[in-house]
Amino acid sequence: MDYLERVKKVHGEGGYGSQGYKYDWKIEEAKKNILRTHTTAVSARMLYKLAQGKFKPVKYFSIDRVFRNETLDATHLAEFHQIEGVVADYDLTLGDLIGVLHQFFSKLGIKRLRFKPAYNPYTEPSMEVFSYHEGLKKWVEVGNSGVFRPEMLRPMGLPEDVSVIAWGLSLERPTMIKYGIDNIRDLIGHKVDLQMVYDNPLCRLDKETKQ
Amino acid sequence: MPTIGVQRDLLFEALGQTYTDDEFADLCFDYGIELDEVTSEKLMVAKEQGEDKAAGADEAVIYKIDVPANRQDLLCLEGLARALNVFRGKFKPPHYRKVVPDDGARQVLHIKAETAGVRPFAVAAVLRNVTFTQTNYDSFIELQERLHHNICRKRKFVAIGVHDLDTLKGPFSYEALPPEQIKFKPLNQTKEFTAVELMQLYKTDTHLKPYLSLIEDKPVYPVIYDKNRVVLSMPPIINGEHSRISMKTRNIFIESTALDLHKAKIVLDTLVCMFSQYCARPFEVEAVDVVQPDGTSVQYPLLPYRTEVVTAELANKKIGINVTAEKLVDMLKQMSLGAKETEEGKVEVEIPPTRPDILHWCDVVEDAAIAYGYNNIQKVAPKTSTVGEQFPLNKLTDLLRGGIAQAGFTEVLTFALCSRDDVATYLNKEIAKVPAAHIANPKTLDFQVARTTLMPGIFKTINCNKKMPLPIKVFEISDVVFKDSRKDVGTKNERHVCAVYYDKSPGFEVIHGLLDRIMQLLEIPPSDNNDGYQLRAADDPTFFAGRCAEVIALGESVGMIGVVHPSVLEKFELQMPCAVLEMNIEVFL
Repeated sequence: MDYLERVKKVHGEGGYGSQGYKYDWKIEEAKKNILRTHTTAVSARMLYKLAQGKFKPVKYFSIDRVFRNETLDATHLAEFHQIEGVVADYDLTLGDLIGVLHQFFSKLGIKRLRFKPAYNPYTEPSMEVFSYHEGLKKWVEVGNSGVFRPEMLRPMGLPEDVSVIAWGLSLERPTMIKYGIDNIRDLIGHKVDLQMVYDNPLCRLDKETKQ
Repeated sequence: MPTIGVQRDLLFEALGQTYTDDEFADLCFDYGIELDEVTSEKLMVAKEQGEDKAAGADEAVIYKIDVPANRQDLLCLEGLARALNVFRGKFKPPHYRKVVPDDGARQVLHIKAETAGVRPFAVAAVLRNVTFTQTNYDSFIELQERLHHNICRKRKFVAIGVHDLDTLKGPFSYEALPPEQIKFKPLNQTKEFTAVELMQLYKTDTHLKPYLSLIEDKPVYPVIYDKNRVVLSMPPIINGEHSRISMKTRNIFIESTALDLHKAKIVLDTLVCMFSQYCARPFEVEAVDVVQPDGTSVQYPLLPYRTEVVTAELANKKIGINVTAEKLVDMLKQMSLGAKETEEGKVEVEIPPTRPDILHWCDVVEDAAIAYGYNNIQKVAPKTSTVGEQFPLNKLTDLLRGGIAQAGFTEVLTFALCSRDDVATYLNKEIAKVPAAHIANPKTLDFQVARTTLMPGIFKTINCNKKMPLPIKVFEISDVVFKDSRKDVGTKNERHVCAVYYDKSPGFEVIHGLLDRIMQLLEIPPSDNNDGYQLRAADDPTFFAGRCAEVIALGESVGMIGVVHPSVLEKFELQMPCAVLEMNIEVFL
């Protein structure tokens, strides 16, 4: 049974230990081309590619553009960037995900993390990542993460004991917080002030984290 | 993520405890929901309509709580309080019982074959001897609205109707008739209307107008009758006035029609599990025989209890903890799941009808992790050993952007989506000849197509920065998108570099110099052969005649260089001349 058939089956009837989503999976719907709303869509293609050969553990990342057809305002544009990290290996745990998140965020100078149960259709367990913002004196969300669901991984052909943990965050939001920018159009797009670009100092995250 | 508003004091009453906002926010955080806002009716009105309209509005504190999209049971105060009480160990989750009266005493709903073409599925249930107060009556109505809005996708997949059973006489029939043949007095009206008239009437009703298109153009409309041909409802639009419920209603007939039977079952189960709390025999729901067109009968609601078998070993392995089967049982019970240890050391988990979100044992594992506390799990670094590498195209891009910046150009980051004019008419080209990917549903002109060239974005940037001292030298290295039928998605991305020199004179020699420098950095010599690069004079309407060339590198045409045509400058509102280089860098990989 090829990939398409396996996906159709797990969605409609279930499989791999799942009840399935119990709806009529339609090829016409699946064929619709859209501008990706998150980079996880492409991570899924990469994982499928990985599953076609003999599985070896990998760590992938991407920093790329995504598109959302939503109401635009001071902090929302139709296009922005997402950062995504993926680790695929045998028997990874939620503890491993928490560990990776601590390692990743500490590189950005963020050391205090708290995790909140969340929901994504393609991860279970899912966790929202919060960090304590010293300036605002409150916990703010800095990312989203989770363990990919079997209904997503198994039809690809990945071995049963392979776990894939992943996390993501937007690029613009933490940048705006760091530089105190209120309007996202000051950061990306043609309305950016070139003088701001000329005047901007080096971004030395490691210098800040030493303080 | 759905947000529900609940009155804080009512919630605390149901929880049997008061909290400070921070304490409650922490409880929410641990469970996986979020206290988004602390407000009141008065504050909300003031925000939307102004302070003066808010005078006299209710000041009772309202908590706005975000709940996960897959938890229909958390969409009302009853479900929220129930889940949190079980989580805190305050009480055990109720067992939801279905009671099936004897033949003759059972309510029956017949589905007629004609509904198949418009809205094929229906389910039903009865809540007996209900006692509502004003607040829980309001909550009952609100839950229906929230279900309609979320899982029902604005009534498209499922629509709910609740009726005063004491005003009706079964058996009921769910039919589909031509609109002229449907006539009844709908909710809040004083006279009868045909369905045709109602479609007209509701065109100006802001609340109901969005749902009309769900059935408007069909040859037959769904309608539910009782034995005496009283109309209960015309789903998904409106109920009949005759069977309208009030706070005083004692026996409630719930019908739900749908395009998706699975969702209808979930919606019905959720509604009855939540509000059977107020029945004389709490958490008991009376079944209805729903007879299908082929004569077979199903007794709804299904209220399924399902079993998943897990082991402590599995939970420990997936989460990274170390608990016994006994402890796992306690943890799962905290999450409103039934659980017991079997003799073989396994754990039998009972999934109640309020948890249709549990599809696989990974959902059970998540619940176990929540009960354990995500923030109690020990962090470990994955022992995965890998060698890191940058994506080759991105590595080349990073190296080039450094080189071009060193030549005195400033990098910009512009939008990938633009108007059709930006890639066609404004560049003196015809849109029909441009292989662009068009957006079918652009919200504004600004995103009609994905860009096929980096020029428009850079020209717009210069336009917004005209106050900058001259010359303005900017560049971008980023993707453009072309239609490509060879690809499974019908398009391909191509990484382009585009540099623009904007000054009192066009500076073609500066841009040419930049091209030479880029080629030097890429180790590509000027040459007539396929191992080098050269310019070849060309005609391109975007550029000034006689000041335009193709860049040929490694045997291919990779881009254009030239002085921009004045008509193009005019379209982008640029006052000074400029010269442009744009080329595909993927050939240099």
